[in-house]
Amino acid sequence: MELLRFATGGSVDDGKSTLIGRLLYDSKQIFEDQLEAVQRTSTARGDEYVNLALLTDGLRAEREQGITIDVAYRYFATPKRRFIIADTPGHTQHTRNMVTGCSTADLVLLLIDARTGATEQTRRHAMIASLLGIHHLVLCVNKMDLVGYSKERFEEIREDFTSFAERLQVYDLTCVPISALEGDNVVEHSKKMPWYGGLSLLDHLEGVHIASDRNLIDLRVPVQLVIRPISNEHHDFRGYAGVIASGVLEVGDEVVVLPSGFSSHVVGIDGPDGPLQKASPPESVVVRLEDDLDISRGDMLCRPNNRPNVGQDVSAMVCWMSERPLQEGAIFAIKHTTRWARARVRSLQYRLDVNALHHDSKASELELNDIGRIHLRTTVPLFYDEYRDNRETGSFILVDEQTNATVAAGMLRRPTG
Amino acid sequence: MTYRLSHLETLASEAIHIIREVVAEFERPALLFSGGKDSAVLLHLAAKACWPQRIPFPIVHVDTGHNFPEVIEYRDNQVTDLDVRLVVGSVQEDIDRGSIVEQPVPGATRNRLQTYTLLRVLEENRFDAVFGGGRRDEEKARAKERVFSLRDEFGQWDPRAQRPELWSLYNTRHRPGEHFRVFPLSNWTELDIWQYVDEQNLPLPSIYFAHRRMVFRRTGMLLAVGPWTSPRDGVASEQAFETTVRYRTVGDMTCTAAVESHASNPAEIIVETSISRVSERGATRADDRFSDAAMEDRKREGYF
Repeated sequence: MELLRFATGGSVDDGKSTLIGRLLYDSKQIFEDQLEAVQRTSTARGDEYVNLALLTDGLRAEREQGITIDVAYRYFATPKRRFIIADTPGHTQHTRNMVTGCSTADLVLLLIDARTGATEQTRRHAMIASLLGIHHLVLCVNKMDLVGYSKERFEEIREDFTSFAERLQVYDLTCVPISALEGDNVVEHSKKMPWYGGLSLLDHLEGVHIASDRNLIDLRVPVQLVIRPISNEHHDFRGYAGVIASGVLEVGDEVVVLPSGFSSHVVGIDGPDGPLQKASPPESVVVRLEDDLDISRGDMLCRPNNRPNVGQDVSAMVCWMSERPLQEGAIFAIKHTTRWARARVRSLQYRLDVNALHHDSKASELELNDIGRIHLRTTVPLFYDEYRDNRETGSFILVDEQTNATVAAGMLRRPTG
Repeated sequence: MTYRLSHLETLASEAIHIIREVVAEFERPALLFSGGKDSAVLLHLAAKACWPQRIPFPIVHVDTGHNFPEVIEYRDNQVTDLDVRLVVGSVQEDIDRGSIVEQPVPGATRNRLQTYTLLRVLEENRFDAVFGGGRRDEEKARAKERVFSLRDEFGQWDPRAQRPELWSLYNTRHRPGEHFRVFPLSNWTELDIWQYVDEQNLPLPSIYFAHRRMVFRRTGMLLAVGPWTSPRDGVASEQAFETTVRYRTVGDMTCTAAVESHASNPAEIIVETSISRVSERGATRADDRFSDAAMEDRKREGYF
């Protein structure tokens, strides 16, 4: 069974939590005691109907304020697929959570209220999904029951959003008219919208083709750990543990180790359940090489004729996640693949105006939830690819060296001359 | 051949990656081991992550003194088989020392008292990263917890001040005195655990499988008749009777309830779990029933 990870986005009152509650409920993932707890709380709060949002709003403050604060992970399975949902809050001030949710997602599900259509927040979330390299976007036009299940209204919203999405890198956009509250087109095709010829939301999620999203071309294995057992049984064992970030590794392959540049051949690959002939992403493996090379954590295995970029001067899009603004000249710790280094912000090229998709090159700093393009100088060379080609070797985080807080999510761009 | 991994292979690789990050980036890791199925899977994955080396960190068992003997036997077998170091934190010793006070009720649960012992053991051993078998599908507050979850110098969790966790780039930076709880099984569900146990042929304590036992009903739950819990005199609803049961979670004998079941192996449990309509914790853990926010409150204090 295949795993599909998706993130949800949309504005505050678009009914995300209700939709997720509905997906879990209708696919029979909600247990009776959890439902009874929700019914009790709903009654106590004086809600008119069983508030399915209470199934996902986990923290005390969220239930009290009736809002979602933090990314919540939810799990369900159908006979066809296993799903992980990153349920992200819709408040502007929590946009960093959308970035977090998208960073591990294959697909993003955006909710729109059929009465209001796409808002600034919807467009912002679509932009973030595109920036985070999500190939599949599903637009759920929710609350169709409140617009009389109108085909015209749905088409209007769809056309408006489609023309916006043309300016983004979205490869696969699907629009579904739903009512999360009534369950229309969520699991079953709704009889109330006979004009809609597409799949129900769940049918779409079960079938969407994600296997090709992985990069099986460019072999990259960041070395996570060198395994050298101190025992007689495995006296000469020396293995390099790591995740296949991209590409396919096979026993017998010639590989080059960065930064040393020495090459060797793969004599063994051990997966979690034993020896493998071939390994592909995202498998955790231990690689053994023919030659005894000096390799340590942070090094990278690749192919002689297909190497990543190597450089200390890099350009990236960042989402700023700290209350303290990003300023030119500041120094941070950077984690990229399996290595830590330090990085200085050499310059801020522009701040992205998410609503107008306009570059504001006069900006002198990035504030919380801002997205912008920066140049960094790192203390050691990074072995990296452009984020859009390779999420694993194209992403990094910046960490404040005083507070240890994670302050930025970064996506590397093509090297500039 | 296809390059697609199954969902279990994907989840196992993710867990192994997390375990290896800890081994690479922390000085004094440890693994919390209750003897339950989640910690059994976790220990098994730790062995795979370090193979062919033996597990280079100790396992920690917080012993409430109210154990199922089958679980202690299982724990000791695992320690021998994997040649791993065991650190035991005894709640009874902390009570005897007067560090914590037990509620003056016969058969009172020691669930909440464990937090003191746990934090004492972590501090004494200066562990800086502690693996736990927690899963996000277990409970609402857990659903929001990070894989690398920071604890302050008092062992407390602040759900509002969690660091964003992006891609698989874990921020392991912390100040002296702070530590991380690390949850490699965050994305697993109860069903995944059982499927993995079945697929890998993992041994588990025998109480997970159907067996005959003397039990009684209290507040809708089936509790074992044992040295610490027994039917109260004069309470008609608490008649002891023998039936076929199994346990879905392993915990303190005073607050872990059995379910009536004839499932005697993982495959039969999978069938039962797939059609079960009551969640694992709801069915069998009195400790989570206190309030809507029971787990959040205990986690804030430093609980598992």
